[in-house]
Amino acid sequence: MLWIADQLVLLGQAVLNLVTNLGRSAIFLWNILYRKPHLKKGFPLLVEQIYFIGVLSLLIIMLSGLFMGLVVGLQGYSILDKFGASQQLGQLVALSVIRELGPVVTALLFAGRAGSALTAEIGLMKSTEQLASMEMMGVDPLQHVISPRFWAGCIAMPLLGTIFSTIAIFGGYLVGVVWLGLDSGAFLSVMQASVSFSSDILNGIIKNIVFGIVATWIAVFQGYDTVPTAQGVGRATTRTVVYSSLAILGLDFVLTAVMMRSW
Amino acid sequence: MRDRILEFWVGLFMLMGIIALFILSLKVSGLSSFSSTGYTVTAAFDNIAGLKIRSPVTLAGVKIGQVSGIKLDTTQFKAIVTMRIDADQRKLPSDTSASILTQGLLGANYVSLKPGFDQVFLKDGSTIQDTQPALILEDLIGQIIFSLKSSGRK
Repeated sequence: MLWIADQLVLLGQAVLNLVTNLGRSAIFLWNILYRKPHLKKGFPLLVEQIYFIGVLSLLIIMLSGLFMGLVVGLQGYSILDKFGASQQLGQLVALSVIRELGPVVTALLFAGRAGSALTAEIGLMKSTEQLASMEMMGVDPLQHVISPRFWAGCIAMPLLGTIFSTIAIFGGYLVGVVWLGLDSGAFLSVMQASVSFSSDILNGIIKNIVFGIVATWIAVFQGYDTVPTAQGVGRATTRTVVYSSLAILGLDFVLTAVMMRSW
Repeated sequence: MRDRILEFWVGLFMLMGIIALFILSLKVSGLSSFSSTGYTVTAAFDNIAGLKIRSPVTLAGVKIGQVSGIKLDTTQFKAIVTMRIDADQRKLPSDTSASILTQGLLGANYVSLKPGFDQVFLKDGSTIQDTQPALILEDLIGQIIFSLKSSGRK
């Protein structure tokens, strides 16, 4: 009897913790959004962060995009060829990349490459008391440290996702047309006939924007909320990657279910 | 100096993203043919099978436009297909006939136009009178089985 009560207490604690953390992260997000960035002073900070978050992620995104396109092209060809429909490869590659693989894989890579770095950086700032000393000097850390990083992530992610999709489709084209010898005109015309701008490409970009906001939000909050020890920073970094990945995959399902009506 | 290099790379990154978006919208989704000037003609079909919006419209196998709208005429129970023909194909005779064909055995449906001999040309909003419905594979098989049965009985 006592054992059951103990378990109930544990469950209650876990739920209360979860709700408190959710609430605190929501207040945190509100604080970032509410402090609108100081245009003249904030812009160089924003550019610097876009460089670290976006430009330095470019190479891994482009390489993964290329290989993703190559693999989808090969796999798709081997299956479509069984039905004598290998001419439809362009449609398969373009739709799967634009609708699903582009946004999701980019967001997962983004969480691993940029999100973890953000958490570690902010976490270390907190544990070495740089954030606290900024507050002492009357400089708002939310405005000077967190906000540029958050906005940089939100701006960089859709751009990275679009670049990923484009390069992945080029990879599919390489495999289909250059290597396996499909007709280049058929590849392009089947693709253009099936992909629609408003329902496929725009939806892909909406997914990118949502994933960008969520992944950056989680990364920045985990960093700001770190237990200020070496171990705490490590754990926060792990949590960032795990939570962002789960959130991205879960949200992807929800977004797809909503967007499916227009297909 | 370091700031300038940084800004250069960020600018390049932005440019790449925008170029990628342009390639996606123009090359992959074929948005350019969507906004092109042209004229629309309509045709009523008994059955359009798997014809969809944006399916190609061809003449002698060459794509000259695309299907821009499909709706059902509730009095005649026919499908009204609206086609946007490219602007440089102005001289289609008014007795042109339209039929719905399939690319290969399993491919997508498309509209094939066959020009007539009239001296009057199709204009924006005019209707193609002579249409042939899509070939439904199941109907064909049914007819073959029926004719086999009836010839076996003789």
